[in-house]
Amino acid sequence: MTPELTRLTAVETAAKIAAREVTAVEVAQAHLDRIAEVNGTLNAFLHIDTDGALTQAKRVDAGEVEGPLAGVPLALKDVIVTRNVPTTAGSKILEGWIPPYDATIVERMRDAGIVVLGKTNMDEFAMGSSTEHSAYGAAHNPWDLERTPGGSGGGSSAAVAGFLAPLGIGTDTGGSIRQPAAVTGTVGTKPTYGGVSRYGLIAFSSSLDQAGPCARTVLDAALLHAVIAGHDPRDSTSIDADVPPVVDAARDGDVSGMRVGVVKEFAGEGYQDGVTVRFEEAVATLAGLGADVVEVSCPHFDYALAAYYLIAPSEASSNLARYDAMRYGLRVGDDGDASAEEVMAATRAAGFGAEVKRRIMLGTYALSAGYYDAYYGQAQKVRTLITRDFENAFTTVDVLVSPTTPTTAFKLGERVDDPLAMYLADLCTIPSNLYGGPAMSVPCGLSDDGLPVGFQVMAPVLADDRLYRVGAALERATGSDRLLEQVTNL
Amino acid sequence: MSDSELDAMAGQLDVILSAVGRVQQVAAADIPPTSHAVPLTNVFRPDTAAAGLSAEEALAAAPAAEQDRFRVPRILDDE
Repeated sequence: MTPELTRLTAVETAAKIAAREVTAVEVAQAHLDRIAEVNGTLNAFLHIDTDGALTQAKRVDAGEVEGPLAGVPLALKDVIVTRNVPTTAGSKILEGWIPPYDATIVERMRDAGIVVLGKTNMDEFAMGSSTEHSAYGAAHNPWDLERTPGGSGGGSSAAVAGFLAPLGIGTDTGGSIRQPAAVTGTVGTKPTYGGVSRYGLIAFSSSLDQAGPCARTVLDAALLHAVIAGHDPRDSTSIDADVPPVVDAARDGDVSGMRVGVVKEFAGEGYQDGVTVRFEEAVATLAGLGADVVEVSCPHFDYALAAYYLIAPSEASSNLARYDAMRYGLRVGDDGDASAEEVMAATRAAGFGAEVKRRIMLGTYALSAGYYDAYYGQAQKVRTLITRDFENAFTTVDVLVSPTTPTTAFKLGERVDDPLAMYLADLCTIPSNLYGGPAMSVPCGLSDDGLPVGFQVMAPVLADDRLYRVGAALERATGSDRLLEQVTNL
Repeated sequence: MSDSELDAMAGQLDVILSAVGRVQQVAAADIPPTSHAVPLTNVFRPDTAAAGLSAEEALAAAPAAEQDRFRVPRILDDE
């Protein structure tokens, strides 16, 4: 056993494998051992694919596949389908489901030599900000086991922060990559909508969902971003354009002359002091590195949360209609006498958790005749105004910045019975989903409560490279890539 | 949903609805709606045949199957 292998970055791991200092199988085994040791505490992984991981690692060692991330282990959010490997999306309704196909990003990662260790915990169907809505129990934050690792992608963030894997995949509909990254001191990017294929991503809100990378360093995230991004004819919303030069930007990290806009609306009441202090220091750091910092107003961002909680549940209520107990997934009450309709109702009652039911109800209501114009229709108009706020801002600045979340990691149990308080965790991350532009969370130090603070960078559509430029500059200046060395309680 | 679920959720949904109802405070009468971040129309893929799932693969996850088909509960009323 070589425990120190789990402390390496993805870049360092790949370099050691390429130089034959260590084999990919040894790296995979070290991580599998680490998972066996601490997953009982973190509940980060729902399924561990030991055979698949070792088979892929052997391919790398045999030289069958090469690349900058060949042999690097990865934690895959369980909302991404994997052929012959169980996929649940954190729901009882898909318990035991073995998908018959791979998501496009899974194929791309396999071709790049990445070793998928298993599937990670998440809020059911990615609806939540804490993993407490997982049907398989909450994941725990490696910084403080009584706190949430964020959500919905808390399994991946906990795995990356807890040194169970150097890389992770998340999906971000309203902040589910960036908020978990912020509260675990890791890096997470939501790429431009359409930049990464959604083929094989179990749909929550199709106009907002986007998969992206999680990592401990900005360059590691960029390398993974480059592997999974690019046009896919199997996703009709995939953008047919060159992948932005994210890796070059992460290596360069020069922000001199860059125009940085601080979002005025994301400050003040409701923001924890320790978050505000670290955020303002990071802004000053960027200014010190030669960035041109100005304050920018995006007046409609104040309505983003409300618009999101109409649009996303509306789309979800339609997307989740497919769980009808007929062709795959759970079937309850099929006694030979009950009708298909009765079986569907019994199955959905038993298979969906409370948050999923809440959102289906909310979405169905917002779309119903008589309420459509006042709720869903109006939310779509607000979405237009938020997009215009971004477009106006990007005529004068290159990127927008804000805290990723108003607070550091909250305690498990603290918000689970108060849906609105839970929704507030995504206050700052939602606008980029509604607009479609890319956004990243990069650590900017610890709050006075000793917990990590996330710094959010938002960029125009298809300017994902700017995130990595700013993220890398901040990381170098603050040493945030070494923040996780302080996680020693596992 | 069970009665106890309904009791708990009715109050929560009231609170959520009044919160998301904030969108109505925005004057947007002449604003066009956005349904999608990336405006795309008529996306086609090349019309070439490719292998799909075999019946066996498609039925592997079925709750019940019979004679290469999905077996479902009755869909018609008794009368």
